[in-house]
Amino acid sequence: MIGDTITLTKEHETEKTEALSFAFWIYIMSDCVLFASLFATFAVLSGSTFGGPSIADLSSMPFVLGETMLLLTSSFTSGLAILFAHKQKKSLVLFWLIATLALGLSFVGMEVTEFAHFIGEGASFTRSASLSSFFALVGTHGLHVLLGSIWLLVILTHVLLRGLSHSTLRKLISFSLFWHFLDIVWIFIFTFVYLLGNL
Amino acid sequence: MNIETHKTLHSKGEASLASYVIGFILSIALTLGAYGITTNHILSGTPLAAFVVLLAIIQLLVQFIFFLHVGKGKSAKWNLGAFGFTLTIVAIVVGGTLWIMHHLNANMMPRMEAGKNTVTPQTLRD
Repeated sequence: MIGDTITLTKEHETEKTEALSFAFWIYIMSDCVLFASLFATFAVLSGSTFGGPSIADLSSMPFVLGETMLLLTSSFTSGLAILFAHKQKKSLVLFWLIATLALGLSFVGMEVTEFAHFIGEGASFTRSASLSSFFALVGTHGLHVLLGSIWLLVILTHVLLRGLSHSTLRKLISFSLFWHFLDIVWIFIFTFVYLLGNL
Repeated sequence: MNIETHKTLHSKGEASLASYVIGFILSIALTLGAYGITTNHILSGTPLAAFVVLLAIIQLLVQFIFFLHVGKGKSAKWNLGAFGFTLTIVAIVVGGTLWIMHHLNANMMPRMEAGKNTVTPQTLRD
């Protein structure tokens, strides 16, 4: 907070931004390892359907493509928000951040619908090891997107109330790193869980 | 708070509109390509798996370069170094898991001996 009221030198602000970006990148790397272990678990257990339905039996490919497009577009719009933040264009930043939020929440909505459908068909995470690992992996990703959306709401408030200060910009950069990363994890979920679910 | 020069905040690297638009279009193309090849059954089995995984890795690189601007900016070497370390850990975790679990599974197979191949099927409990 004190950084907002005291004017630091431009060099110091740049250093702070770079330091935070790198620190946040390290966190993203740790999240990579988390998802890698969930992927490994899914890879081992995906065939263990215990006589129950497989992911391929339950999921709809057009639906999953829709989810993918929503998340990919939201990654794009978050990039645009950063672009305009660097140019100090506050209203454009707000517009693209709200677009990102809408797309992200739509993705979560679709995923909740998919999970509800699975559970309605009796295919909850207790049905088989395959489904347990599916819900663990895809559910963890979805939870990341949901929590990221809440974070985005908070950042939107910061931008509205405090404008695009150095401090707010740093937060935006961290958020956009997180959001891009979530779309990248989804590429692999889309590929290994859904596209290759038939193998 | 007004910022006098925002040029210093470009420390993240080349964030330009072109980069995001190109990245977006390439990602859509790669996604639709993988989707189309799979759902239209143009390939199947191992060739499909290899092709689809390849497209995923390419899209990863596209998003790294055009969205995350990895490899550009002042601390690029550090970012890449951290990523290289993470890839190593991931390779050990995923590769090691698959290797070990495959071996464990293989060693659990019932042995083929004359007159001893009785497997009692489990009844599903509700």
